[in-house]
Amino acid sequence: MEQILLKVEDLSVQRPGAEVLRGVDMEVGYGEIHALLGLNGSGKTSLALALMGAEGYHPERGRILFDGQDITDLSVTERARIGLTLAWQAPARLEGVPVADYLALGMKEPSRERIEEALKAVALAPQAYLGRAVDQTLSGGERKRIELAAVYAMRPRLAMLDEPDSGVDVLCLEDVIALIRHLANEGTSVLLITHRDEITSVADRASLMCGGAVVDSGPPDAVRDYFARRCRPHGELLGDQPWGEEAGGSYQRVVAEGVCDD
Amino acid sequence: MTEQVSQVKQGSVLEAQDPAWASEFEAMLEAYEKAGGKSDVLRSSRVASAVVSASDVLAVNEIEGVTIEAEEIENGVRARITVAPGTKVEHPVHLCFGMTANEGVQVINSHYEIGEGAEVGFLAHCTFPNAVKLKHIMDAEIYIGPGATMRYTEAHYHGPQGGIEVLPTTRAQVDEGGRLETQFDLTKGRVGRMAIDFEADVAAHGVAELVARAYGAGDDDISVNEVVRLNGEGARGLAKTRVAVRDQAKSSITTTAEGNAPRARGHMDCTEIVRGRAEARNIPIVVVRDDRARVTHEAAIGSVGKKELETLMARGLSEEDAVDVIIRGMLRG
Repeated sequence: MEQILLKVEDLSVQRPGAEVLRGVDMEVGYGEIHALLGLNGSGKTSLALALMGAEGYHPERGRILFDGQDITDLSVTERARIGLTLAWQAPARLEGVPVADYLALGMKEPSRERIEEALKAVALAPQAYLGRAVDQTLSGGERKRIELAAVYAMRPRLAMLDEPDSGVDVLCLEDVIALIRHLANEGTSVLLITHRDEITSVADRASLMCGGAVVDSGPPDAVRDYFARRCRPHGELLGDQPWGEEAGGSYQRVVAEGVCDD
Repeated sequence: MTEQVSQVKQGSVLEAQDPAWASEFEAMLEAYEKAGGKSDVLRSSRVASAVVSASDVLAVNEIEGVTIEAEEIENGVRARITVAPGTKVEHPVHLCFGMTANEGVQVINSHYEIGEGAEVGFLAHCTFPNAVKLKHIMDAEIYIGPGATMRYTEAHYHGPQGGIEVLPTTRAQVDEGGRLETQFDLTKGRVGRMAIDFEADVAAHGVAELVARAYGAGDDDISVNEVVRLNGEGARGLAKTRVAVRDQAKSSITTTAEGNAPRARGHMDCTEIVRGRAEARNIPIVVVRDDRARVTHEAAIGSVGKKELETLMARGLSEEDAVDVIIRGMLRG
């Protein structure tokens, strides 16, 4: 790849009691949709939080380059201001903050038109949601969609979407896929954490994480195949559930924390 | 603004044509806007209203079914507001209390009587934009008749100095099937010292919902003491408090809910955000005297949640701005 927007070099992050990232190397190109796969606990969310600069995820070693700039020591705000953002897997509740305000917060030039467009992109009727608060009165799925809409409205250079498909209904999946494509069409690179084949299918490339490291990168089909064949969960956690090829080769059915065969 | 103030209360020391009256009235309207009110409403004859500055009743407007009797007393005003049984008041009754002076005492003794089946809202703005050494004492009695509803919202503005004491005391009685909703907001300007003391007795199938929100800074001192006694079968009560304190400000929230009858349901919900060297405490008191009643409470006190903060920072807000958005949101919620 010649045009690299994000370059992660030897990134290691220590959390209390565990090294959650162990020498991660990865690249995401301009306008690329890059899927990040791996079993639960393999380090995908930790990587996203480290890239965003979240508290407690500052690397012990390694560095993060964004458009050639070393951003390893930048704050969350500074990273966001140069175009990085994250849609959390479980979005925060913001009591009393109207949806319209929340979406406008990240926009350089807030406009009603863009806010409504963002809501429509996640299949939410603007008139029904603009005045509502981003709080517990919304279902988990609704908050998830609004989180995605906020990222969309922001027009970031790199959007990290942590399991955008979890907690949303099946009908919304198509909207999520369309949203990801739309982001890419607007020039946003997407780092997409997911467990679902349907979502992975929109990716240009994929990386597989295992035990806190990226163990494979390449075309999504090849990485998925690698995942299905070679990743296995800890037997004592999985019990009698099928996994890998025994489960039809689908990583979706592998649910427990796992290890990866070399 | 084509409509005129419809009535200046008899007995006011000022007259409608008096330039001093006009000056004071305009000053109060300006202060009213600072407290978040829309002053046009106070000039409308279609909206019941009263404007009180210090101990002067500057204007009173009554509408059909709503009677406002106001008289001046030493350092303040005594008011009696009555809503006739069955009256559905279309627009909230607007009340404007305050002082434009920077020192002094204002006492407001008020009595609200909402007749059976009536429905009314109140929007009160208490404004002290220049307060340096002021004391505002409110002593209210509220009676909600059977099946009646009263919604009372009170917003304060105290200016930037913090030199004020606000001491509201309320005793409310909600009769069978009645409903009382109150909301007290002190989120603009400094608080000074505020001590809310509110007690409500709720009869069968009645409802009392009390919401208090405040934002303290500097050496502000916020104290809320609310008691909801659910005395009748199926009575319901909620005491919800949202407070943020920063610098050296202090807040102390004590709420009591008593379940004294079958199927009475009470809940207390307190959130306090603390910044800097501020201090917050919450004491929920649960009293249950009937084995079919139920009272619950929840409280969250401390710093702004890390996840909420980082979510907003990931949109490009500075930490300070993100905290402000979270606090302002909480105080709206």
